[in-house]
Amino acid sequence: MLEVCKQESLLDVRSLTLQYKTKDSLVMATYRVSFHVAKSDRYVLLGPSGCGKSSLLKAVGGYMKATEGSIRLNGAEVHKPGPDRMMVFQEFDQLLPWKTVKQNVMFALTASNALPEKAAEERAMHYIHKVNLTKFADSLPHQLSGGMKQRVAIARGMAMEPAILLMDEPFAALDALTRVKMQDELLQLWEDTRFTVLFVTHSIAEAVKVGNRILLLSPHPGQVKAELTSTGRDDVDPSNGLRLSEHIHKLLFAESSSVEESAHVD
Amino acid sequence: MSTETTHHPITESQAARPVQPTTDYGVVERPLSRWERLYSSGALRKALILAALALVWEVYARQLDNSLLFPTLSATVVALYNGIVSSGLLVKAGFSIKVLLMGYAAGLALATLLIVIAMTSRLGNDFLETLTSMFNPLPAIALLPLALLWFGIGNASLVFVLIHSVLWAVALNTHAGFVAVSNTLRMVGRNYGLTGVRYIMKILIPAAFPSILTGLKMGWAFAWRTLIAAELVFGVSSGTGGLGWFIYENKNQLEIPAVFAGLFTVILIGLLVENLVFKTIEVRTVRKWGMQS
Repeated sequence: MLEVCKQESLLDVRSLTLQYKTKDSLVMATYRVSFHVAKSDRYVLLGPSGCGKSSLLKAVGGYMKATEGSIRLNGAEVHKPGPDRMMVFQEFDQLLPWKTVKQNVMFALTASNALPEKAAEERAMHYIHKVNLTKFADSLPHQLSGGMKQRVAIARGMAMEPAILLMDEPFAALDALTRVKMQDELLQLWEDTRFTVLFVTHSIAEAVKVGNRILLLSPHPGQVKAELTSTGRDDVDPSNGLRLSEHIHKLLFAESSSVEESAHVD
Repeated sequence: MSTETTHHPITESQAARPVQPTTDYGVVERPLSRWERLYSSGALRKALILAALALVWEVYARQLDNSLLFPTLSATVVALYNGIVSSGLLVKAGFSIKVLLMGYAAGLALATLLIVIAMTSRLGNDFLETLTSMFNPLPAIALLPLALLWFGIGNASLVFVLIHSVLWAVALNTHAGFVAVSNTLRMVGRNYGLTGVRYIMKILIPAAFPSILTGLKMGWAFAWRTLIAAELVFGVSSGTGGLGWFIYENKNQLEIPAVFAGLFTVILIGLLVENLVFKTIEVRTVRKWGMQS
């Protein structure tokens, strides 16, 4: 107990190297990445494509084995997927199409033996209400819009009340307006329940808005470039006179500094 | 091109414009007329086509006036009625269906076994793929001489060829369905801590259900065609033959309207199962879930 209190870290990723096999080669996704997530953090992994941020999230989720280093959640080594680390994916097909909104949220609870049927239903409706989908509780996923599907996935993740919520670019497939709305709603939910979330994105604006801490990764293989704190308002840092987003931009594109590439990431 | 001479004055107000009342146009939404609604019903359109075909049949057969080659529709209907009332057409149809169900069930059981083997190891997977690609192109009826040699004349031979016609279609489609289940859904299932049989029952089977249903439908269609063909070759066992035998027997006695009545029954039963049984399952599952339009 003392050690936990001392560090106050919930998730402890230490010197993590990840490799995966494609059809004809072994690729290194990340190289010796370390970071700590404290309780109630909104921790963002940010970087261009190929920086291994999704691989990192999958490894925390237990879907990928570490080649080197360790991942500890509440002091226990992560070695397989489990309901204490609920995933929210980018893809809309993450909901089970044969179950209604309510059944989808309930199924997570009953399948993992977290709650019996009756209690699961109550908990499910509570979180469906939180994401404003009470009216659609009996709808099937294919009847919902993309944004609504993502809200169900978030409700499902939160209903499990996991130690940490893992979100893999959950809003990337949404249109710009819905995306901004979803970011606001996520922050509102966080104000309510103060859950811990590990959030992957490639959008600087989204990282600055959603995160309270941002881990910047460089590509091929992913390595930590910087770890920053965000207030969510994209303030100007008096020490360098730059807005946080500008600062991140500079860090990410310091070498190339071409306008073309800067237009690439929002 | 001529952006200078635009008709819209640049000074046009940029303030929000009021919503115009759509009642000015008259109709925002109105129910379709009766004729429009009737015409959009597929069943009705098809019934019309059937009626037209029946008319053409009757007229042509009356003109030809040769009941040995092409009996009229009315004669066929009478033969169908007589067949049901006096020569036990329904009993024969029931006999065919019973054999079919036996073969279908055995085929499904074997397909399940093969898929389980295929899912457990890579070698099992290769085993299934090799077997299906070998046997799928082989028409079941071609195995009939062998079946006769091995099992003799009787139900065992029929069931053997039926298993062959069901097994590969079901195994191939089900396996393909499992392989095609999206990675996201697999990860979701594992996220809940589902493994083994529970994972297969609660995630893989529903997710692959469109393919599984296709396999079941194909298996049924193959089996039905195979059975009638096999019965034409040898239908008698323990005194009663099936529908195929009914057709063959009547052809020998030159009761051609009865032959037509037999063919009619084959079509009707096939349609009934495909459109009632499988359609109902389809509407209540994959269509409802939006997994197939």
